[in-house]
Amino acid sequence: MHKGGRIIASLIIFVGLFTIPFFYNMGKANAGPEIDAQQLANFQSIEPSINMVANHPQLFNQWRNQFVQNGQTVYVNSEGKSIDISLEKLAGDSSNQFCVSCHNYTAVKPTCWDCHSGPEGARK
Amino acid sequence: MKILFSLISVIVLIIVATLGAYITSLHYAFGIIIPYVALTMFVGGFIYRVVKWGQSPVPFRIPTTIGQQKSLPWIKQNKIENPTSALGVIVRMAMEILFFRSLFRNTKTELREGKNGPELAYGSAKWLWLGSLFFHWSFLIIILRHLRFFLSPVPYFVQLMESIDGMLQIGLPALYLTDVFILVAITFLFLRRIFIPQVKYISLPADYFPLFMIMSIATTGILMRYFYKVDLIAVKQLAIGLATFQPVLPEGIGVMFFIHIFLVSVLFAYFPMSKLMHMGGVFLSPTRNMISNNRMVRHINPWNHEVEVHTYQQYEDEYREKMKKAGIPVEKE
Repeated sequence: MHKGGRIIASLIIFVGLFTIPFFYNMGKANAGPEIDAQQLANFQSIEPSINMVANHPQLFNQWRNQFVQNGQTVYVNSEGKSIDISLEKLAGDSSNQFCVSCHNYTAVKPTCWDCHSGPEGARK
Repeated sequence: MKILFSLISVIVLIIVATLGAYITSLHYAFGIIIPYVALTMFVGGFIYRVVKWGQSPVPFRIPTTIGQQKSLPWIKQNKIENPTSALGVIVRMAMEILFFRSLFRNTKTELREGKNGPELAYGSAKWLWLGSLFFHWSFLIIILRHLRFFLSPVPYFVQLMESIDGMLQIGLPALYLTDVFILVAITFLFLRRIFIPQVKYISLPADYFPLFMIMSIATTGILMRYFYKVDLIAVKQLAIGLATFQPVLPEGIGVMFFIHIFLVSVLFAYFPMSKLMHMGGVFLSPTRNMISNNRMVRHINPWNHEVEVHTYQQYEDEYREKMKKAGIPVEKE
């Protein structure tokens, strides 16, 4: 090979860059977020008609608009249950990492906590 | 016809993926086996192609005439377009790879009606350059953004890139600018092939197929993010499982995910055997990656044979006695 040294070095760099995920995660267990099954069930029961994990941002957005624009402070879900529109109440006390652990795991940074006081570490 | 062939191929692939997504027993194949096979084919094929290219000798430096070559001291050399130093070559390559310098120099030739009959006119043509630049950079940023699924914890630069990409905060989840750019750019690159007759004439199925593939991949990705939600936690668990060689198959990942990952796998597997190899090939462009020192340094052709020569001195040494006897003058007594 002509100029083989350079070509092989470049290839090694390329393959190295491309396989970063394998090295980065090497030896780590595939630990998902710490989700408490009961909390997840409670979370889903806020609106049973939709998949809350996937669609809660839209729901909360809707809540915000209802609260801010119509002064509506209570949400009535599809089963007729009334829920206070309050992110603080939902998030619970500061030791509750239910929201944070999932968001951190998938690197989702909701802007909710820019205004609301959320659980500790929620912004990180 | 060439367009239709590529389009139908992509549609068939999407149908296969959809079937795979709906038949639960195939999830292991579509979510784990096919991605691994595709990655192996990509890396292996890439290395094979580059090594094969590396074996072709490039005996001559090719000083392209776009810049003044180093000459007499009072003539100003173009140190980047016609470099005589390694640094110049690095800058020239960087300009090519990062900003598509050759495409920027693209010109359009036109025969138009002038006062005295037809006139030949040249003009700058930057649209292809602009479209390519947007397309390639968006694609790169999108690929890097996907690291958030493969790395745990997610490094800061990936998060930073995401927040910059979604900085307009339109909609929920925030619209990524690169999503818009890549769709607009690839649509432009496709329409250009259809509407410019000369380009259409030279376009092959191998040109349309990657376009349709990338279009479908971007579309399924966008659908998955904004419309048909998938379980992100499950997706990440699957991705990390792949990256740690401990594959897991969480339940309840949406259909759209399987279509997306299947198309991506096919594109990766197809990559080394296609024109997409320009990703590696651009680094081996002989007119760009060599110092223009043709006459400053002696370059010996690498495939020159050893030539056996029999010099006069050797000849005389061999026949000196015979030559003397025959009265032929010799140089050395």
